[in-house]
Amino acid sequence: MKIEVLGTGCPKCMSVEQNVKKALAQLAVQADVEKVTDIQQIIQKGVMSTPALVIDGKVVFQGKNPTVDQLKEIIQGA
Amino acid sequence: MSGELQRHPADRKATRIPDPGRWLPWILIALAAAAAWWLAYSNLERFANWLVYGALGMPTGNRLASAIAFFVFEAPKVLLLLLVVVFGVGIVRSFFTPERTRRMLAGRRQTAGNVLASLLGVVTPFCSCSAVPLFIGFVTTGVPLGVTFSFLIAAPMINEVALVLLFGLFGWKVAGLYLGTGLLIAMGAGWVIGKLRLERWVEGWVYATAHASSASGTEERMGWAERVSSGRDAVKDIVSRVWPYVLAGIAVGAGIHGYVPEQLMASIMGKGAWWSVPLAVLIGIPMYSNAAGIIPVVQALLEKGAALGTVLAFMMSVIGLSLPEVVILRKVLKLPLIATFVGVVGAGILVVGYLFNFVL
Repeated sequence: MKIEVLGTGCPKCMSVEQNVKKALAQLAVQADVEKVTDIQQIIQKGVMSTPALVIDGKVVFQGKNPTVDQLKEIIQGA
Repeated sequence: MSGELQRHPADRKATRIPDPGRWLPWILIALAAAAAWWLAYSNLERFANWLVYGALGMPTGNRLASAIAFFVFEAPKVLLLLLVVVFGVGIVRSFFTPERTRRMLAGRRQTAGNVLASLLGVVTPFCSCSAVPLFIGFVTTGVPLGVTFSFLIAAPMINEVALVLLFGLFGWKVAGLYLGTGLLIAMGAGWVIGKLRLERWVEGWVYATAHASSASGTEERMGWAERVSSGRDAVKDIVSRVWPYVLAGIAVGAGIHGYVPEQLMASIMGKGAWWSVPLAVLIGIPMYSNAAGIIPVVQALLEKGAALGTVLAFMMSVIGLSLPEVVILRKVLKLPLIATFVGVVGAGILVVGYLFNFVL
């Protein structure tokens, strides 16, 4: 599983990255977590509001800062 | 609050089997919360007076007492209002996403597009940290530059927290003036920027960026339970961030209330001083505060004789034109366009300031 956290470096984006890592640890799921800060790359994925999360190339949410529990559901559902 | 929750069952009925038993407890909780809120809200002034002049036994007319009474009354009042407003706005915002707004704006002409963009700027969830992706997403998918600017101006300028705090502290007239003139500035400034045809001052790579509109898959349909929870999330997120500013703002307000002489502001920020409006705007631009923190200061200034137009101009330039946002936008806009943006919006705020000082 490949998870990309899209964000320009605002506090919310960092919080998403940390929470994704927590969620993965709690689920005991292996995944590559990558932080994407380049605006052009973010735009190319069709994302207009950050933070956004991309799992295996698919945008699963944007402009949100979910809790760890919500992220666990999102990751399991992907 | 209760109004929002009460709408649940009616809305759910359309899609699900009606089950009044399931919603009844929620309606009762909402009604109880609303009643408790109203009870607290309507007794605040009595409580503040009782505490300061009764329980603490401070003499009336004392400056410190007057400052403390102001704080004890205003702080919980503003926080209570904030709670309700942020909750309601969180629910309204759950109906809008930047994606949806973009689709509504794509291909719009000037004028009608500026009006629509300004209105959508008020209700679309927007964080200034995503101003850049949003800007690119808009202009590369057929939203005209001027229309995009109307959105980018309205979004921070017309702040729902400010709107309802103005309503709570000064009444509907001032709140209406703020809403109306804020919208006019966003519409007008975006229109002017569009007419000037400044596309050449957008960084070249922006238009070369291909925007994938594949993200539509992220738009899920929300039920009312989710909308209510997004209202609750907004309360948690916003109130936890702004309360220190609000309290600090009210404390400053209390200080002014108790210690600054009645007519001091009238000479500095009164109607007579023509230079006060531009000065207020110039001071306001580099200042960056959230709307909730600036309102109590505004209230205190007004009470001491500052003119409404001057104060409104000051407030708008603090929350509508902020240095951090300008720095962020520099990534996609060349300097002349940034200067034009700040200049046009600043001029709009100036006009509003003078207008109110002359009319009222």
